[in-house]
Amino acid sequence: MKHALFFLLALLSATAYAHKPSDSYLALSVTGQDVTGRWDIALRDLDYAIGLDRDDDGAITWGEVRARHNEIAAYALAHLRISTGDVACATQPVFQQIDSHSDGAYSVLDFRARCHSEPQLLEIGYRLFAEIDPQHRGLLRLASGDTTQSAILGPAQPQEQFALGAENRLGQFVDYFRDGARHIWIGYDHILFLIALLLPSVLQRRNGRWYGVGDARTAVTDTLKIVTAFTLAHSITLSLAALDVVHLPARLVESAIAASVVLAAVDNLYPRFHRHRWQMAFLFGLMHGFGFAAVLGDLGLAPSARALSLAAFNLGVEAGQLAIVAIFLPLALWARHTWFYARPVMMAGSWSVAVVAGLWLTQRVFKLQLIPG
Amino acid sequence: MKTTRSHLLLLFSAALIACCVSLEVAATPYTPDDESAVLERLPLRPGDTALAEIRAAQRALAEQPSDATRARQLAQLYIRQARLDADPRYLGYAEAVLAPWWNAPRPPVDILVTRAIILQANHRFDAALADLADALQRDPANTQAWLTRATIEQAQGDYASARQSCLALLRDARDIVAYACLASVASLNGEAERSYAVLRRVVQDTAGLQPDLEQWVQGLLAEMAARRGDATAADAHFRQAFAAGRADSYLLASYADFLLDQGRAADVVALLRQQTRADALLLRLALAEQALNLPTAAEHIAALRSRFDASRLRGDVLHRREEARFHLELLHDPKTALTLAADNWQAQREPADARLLLAAALRAGTPASAQPVREWLARTRLEDVQLARLLKDLAAEAL
Repeated sequence: MKHALFFLLALLSATAYAHKPSDSYLALSVTGQDVTGRWDIALRDLDYAIGLDRDDDGAITWGEVRARHNEIAAYALAHLRISTGDVACATQPVFQQIDSHSDGAYSVLDFRARCHSEPQLLEIGYRLFAEIDPQHRGLLRLASGDTTQSAILGPAQPQEQFALGAENRLGQFVDYFRDGARHIWIGYDHILFLIALLLPSVLQRRNGRWYGVGDARTAVTDTLKIVTAFTLAHSITLSLAALDVVHLPARLVESAIAASVVLAAVDNLYPRFHRHRWQMAFLFGLMHGFGFAAVLGDLGLAPSARALSLAAFNLGVEAGQLAIVAIFLPLALWARHTWFYARPVMMAGSWSVAVVAGLWLTQRVFKLQLIPG
Repeated sequence: MKTTRSHLLLLFSAALIACCVSLEVAATPYTPDDESAVLERLPLRPGDTALAEIRAAQRALAEQPSDATRARQLAQLYIRQARLDADPRYLGYAEAVLAPWWNAPRPPVDILVTRAIILQANHRFDAALADLADALQRDPANTQAWLTRATIEQAQGDYASARQSCLALLRDARDIVAYACLASVASLNGEAERSYAVLRRVVQDTAGLQPDLEQWVQGLLAEMAARRGDATAADAHFRQAFAAGRADSYLLASYADFLLDQGRAADVVALLRQQTRADALLLRLALAEQALNLPTAAEHIAALRSRFDASRLRGDVLHRREEARFHLELLHDPKTALTLAADNWQAQREPADARLLLAAALRAGTPASAQPVREWLARTRLEDVQLARLLKDLAAEAL
């Protein structure tokens, strides 16, 4: 133990490891039943795995590599499984060359694989160097038709499935749609803002008090106006931000979103703008759009289909929002004349929303952590 | 929700990935025409004692693959090599050696500590600290664990905890290790002058220091002196550190930074001319070459760019400090540098990290974005002549 003791303080710094770790580059191209592959693997890694430096002089020559071509191909292809419908596609090495990457020389293995049928779903199992270097990664690029997909494979993520062709577009659309819908449901601040604005939609104000509105149509129209304004506004800013046209600092956006929730809730308690709620929805909807864009930024737009993924995400957000309205509105209409709605729901509800959002605002402005969110 | 920085960074990396993928495609393979053409030189040469030690340890482990002590010994040799060459591949090898114990519910304490060192080197600080807490609960006298913990806490800027961990060393480790640990923390925490003086006296009073220990402590003293602006003393300590044995990449980088600050670019070129494998050292070499207007600078800048691109392709974020400096000082793109430096600041809080963010904010013309560092410096009372200079410039800029 003593021997190792003092290497540690110097060990820590990032400086000490600024050096490229082990990667391989695997490019696959699918046409019908056939897959052609090019696999760049660092000579250093191959040497560590199967020993290339036969004369043990610390230098790997072309002669030494060529003498081991069969072993290299066998070793590499034994650690790669290309399959469809869980039936392996038989792989066969074609040709080997050398290429230089930024961190040294790589062996380039061209190979072919033939699947039993034209794959709709291609499965890749990657285990290269898994048992000797868990930090190794395989950077995969898979081309089929005019689409290219990529993945980072390694011991922690050895399996990946790829939908090929048209199915893939649909899958992408569904993924982004789902993420958009999911976000509005788990992003409580958006829900609370909407609810705070919608609470009074089934009410009207007389003599400083709230009463249920007579006909349901007024309430529905009011709700529609608010929801439409909010949708329009956040779609605009979401698109602008996602396409990198406009950027606002996250802290400002997050704080403004919290402020919008406080304002909407307080306005229910001390109404000043309640006749202009759809305008409020529009104005602050612009801010919420930037908030959605931050999430979309996390996911990243699919490079091959930016417009598609943006539209899917946005539609997902709208669907999530409609679901909230669809649950809220019938309940509110049904309860609008009750004391329960006017007092506990409207008043206590708005108070708690205001308090929660006030805490969010404080922590977002001052970067504290008081409550989750 | 997370900061906008990481989102920007993600968009930025997506764009970069797109461009790198095309770069990778563009590379053309070839068939060498000469059997004896050397394609690659291995970092460990036959005749290196390190290689002999590693091979001996590999053989020992192969004889008894289930022996945790032998596995740990081999893993430690790999970790040492990773540090010397700044090469993360060896960290992967070390991890592989520990694989039979790595996912066990209750690995032996020594394995746990070694795993923590690997995790920490991969910047998984929280996981490393959790392993160390576990190890220390089972073996409260484990000096290795305390020192590793102090190191992580110091790098995260948590000086109060780091001091506690150093104090725990006083009971069991040799005094010099504990003093160096304490002095290193205190020198960043408002006691620059006193901690330097104390550590120097302790070193002078200790006869027959082991070479690697001597190198480590002299390196610390050199950095302390440099932060205080005492270039003569810093240079002397660096020289003693180099005299103590083969310098690791950390020491080389640290000395190169000192020389660059002193305007001694030619000395940096002489020091690092052969050190182009490690990105951190290549970066400093390119900086020196740029300062001297050498033609090799352009070639090295291009090499760095493709290496950063390659590590982004794999989704790595370990290089943010180097990458930020690359953008700031070599590409003269303070905006990108600022984004990276701010992101890096979330993970690491060493003086170099603070300096990078201040410099990027200054050159990007947004003094306000340096505010987190300014507050942090005021709180920790970190004394550093380079940081002080930057703070002054920033204050002037803000006026």
